[in-house]
Amino acid sequence: MLSQLEGSRAVAETVARCRPEVIGAYPISPQTHIVEGLSTLVRTGRLAPCEFINVESEFAAMSVCIGASAAGARTYTATSSQGLLYMSEAVYNASGLGLPIVMTVANRALGAPINIWNDHSDAMSQRDAGWIQLFVESNQEAVDVHVQAFRLAEELSVPVMVCMDGFVLTHAVERVELPEPDEVDAFLPPFAPRQVLDPDAPITIGAMVGPEAFMEVRYLMHAKQRLALEAIPRIAGEFEARFGRPSGGLVRGYRAGDAETIVVALGSVLGTIEDVVDELRADGQRIGALAIRTFRPWPLEHVREALAGARRVIVVEKAFAVGVGGIVGQNVRLALSGLDIEVSNVIAGLGGRPITSASLRRALTSELPPLSFLDLNEGLVARELARDTGAPAENMLRDLAGRA
Amino acid sequence: MPYQVGSFAVGNRLLPPEERTTQADPRRANAITSGHRACRGCGEALGARYVVDSALRASEGRLIAANATGCLEVFSTPYPESAWQLPWLHSVFGNAPAVATGIAAALKAKGRTDVRVLGQGGDGGTVDIGFACLSGMFERNDDVLYVCYDNEGYMNTGVQRSGATPPAARTATTEAVGDEPGNVFGQGKSAPLIALAHEIPYVATATIADLHDLEAKVERAMGMHGARYLHVLVTCPLGWGAEAHDSVRIARLATQSGLFPVFEGSRGDVTAVTKIRRRVPVEDYLRPQRRFRHLFEPELRTDVLARIQARADRNIERFGLL
Repeated sequence: MLSQLEGSRAVAETVARCRPEVIGAYPISPQTHIVEGLSTLVRTGRLAPCEFINVESEFAAMSVCIGASAAGARTYTATSSQGLLYMSEAVYNASGLGLPIVMTVANRALGAPINIWNDHSDAMSQRDAGWIQLFVESNQEAVDVHVQAFRLAEELSVPVMVCMDGFVLTHAVERVELPEPDEVDAFLPPFAPRQVLDPDAPITIGAMVGPEAFMEVRYLMHAKQRLALEAIPRIAGEFEARFGRPSGGLVRGYRAGDAETIVVALGSVLGTIEDVVDELRADGQRIGALAIRTFRPWPLEHVREALAGARRVIVVEKAFAVGVGGIVGQNVRLALSGLDIEVSNVIAGLGGRPITSASLRRALTSELPPLSFLDLNEGLVARELARDTGAPAENMLRDLAGRA
Repeated sequence: MPYQVGSFAVGNRLLPPEERTTQADPRRANAITSGHRACRGCGEALGARYVVDSALRASEGRLIAANATGCLEVFSTPYPESAWQLPWLHSVFGNAPAVATGIAAALKAKGRTDVRVLGQGGDGGTVDIGFACLSGMFERNDDVLYVCYDNEGYMNTGVQRSGATPPAARTATTEAVGDEPGNVFGQGKSAPLIALAHEIPYVATATIADLHDLEAKVERAMGMHGARYLHVLVTCPLGWGAEAHDSVRIARLATQSGLFPVFEGSRGDVTAVTKIRRRVPVEDYLRPQRRFRHLFEPELRTDVLARIQARADRNIERFGLL
């Protein structure tokens, strides 16, 4: 059924149709509307049986999910930004234990300075945590990928993070088709845990492991992620067969087949990028785009194959490794190693700065260094670097106000 | 309690069968089986064994445990030699109460009313790093019995100060040097009283000096639902610098000096206390422990001892321990 819904509401409705039995809930912008929606669904009895636990921190939210998942319940939580960092220890623990928890990350910048707007720094900070990370481009895809995420998590016994752009998607009201409950039930069988705390068959979960087996247990997470490279497109294919629309998967090309220049990106910015690609195509440029839909596991072969025909690859990403450069860019360079392809990394849209089609068009049609920052106010940075006192953010804001 | 004449030993055979210790029952669970790696004289291993076996008896074997990181977790589980004979989950240091909440939530969602949940950790995992999760679990009144085994320091990492370390005690981070050697005289942090302030159905303290009392409190707690808290003083021969054979005796001196009040409470009020049978000065408790040696040599620190005695006197007056 088609509905006009806020992204967060659409996700809440969809998650409810996946029948989680335990939800750990803690508010943080821009995720909050998701748990609010789920709270209403539980309180009104539309999602039952389900224990909705209002916890005292994100660390507790993930910890509740760990306990509940180990006790055999389908579990869900959602967070953003500082919340994801605050639960980080438990995030690593969930994957190390192999617990199939599904979590929405409404992507938001990390402080300091505090900033509630969208970029990908939060999810990228956990990229090596052993979670599968799926990035969605639209609210329809957010809806569809959540259904797939539970299937994937439980099939592999690996936790899955669904990353959707904060505000840009979570707070955008647009038309979505919610999957019908009976169709979800047919697609997603009841959770059959591979390990469960049961007095009839007592097991120890979370034992200390020494050097004799630690490496193998950790490698298992890597092995599971390699298996996910096969499972993700298969589950996306099954989803398309049942629900009649393509969603999810590893990567998705856009007018990339004959492209000399391919722009690589994650999430909702692909919409703007595709518009610019269309404009430049109209100008006669052979340009296309590649959406990374699965960032962990890194679909190295698929990225390499999709980009192998290009002369130039431009990675536009909303996060960066301070002191190094792009994160997605490094992964793309790894995928292209040995190929004679120029890779440029453009860091863009940090802390919610708009990535406009005009700026993108300017960047995509100019010579780019290996690393650049879109629309960076270099003068503002230079003035602060020349100072030796004061709180940096306040200094820079004062500079901006003075100029205005 | 029918103590044997002139002693602190309970005459088990004098009790009606239902009141006899779980450990005297051949069907006891042996929840922490032999062969684990606790130190000689470990009070935590002793306390946990009595707690878990009693909880298992009370729940007819239908029990799941969530454990914080710490000595208890480390000495019981080096892979693949788990000592645990019940379903047992360790996640991280500071989240055992929340993990226990999650288990209880899963059981509730699944309609499993027969299975109960036990959370446990040391004093570091409980009164310090896990305190927010513990308070949240209390405030929501989640159906968990949480047991803190308090050995008054971070013993697993080599005896550092915790929020439960008593004043003047020497630890690796409160050395016995300077004008005020050992741990500072702070305001203290009574986790049991803070638990009580959450108005949860049951709070109790106990020690390994009175295992019968410990078992009875576990059983009472297991007879209730909601958030319940049990704070058990457990001796640490390594961290306290005490003889292994003195573990029970030192725990008893903690209660008989008044430094560790043994009480029960419910819904915000203290409802029962265990009276001191033979009051002793705090010196009797402090002297056998090397962590307090600097109070006795090279010179007697009567000033510090007086401050510690004042704390004991305050407990005795406040809880009516005499």
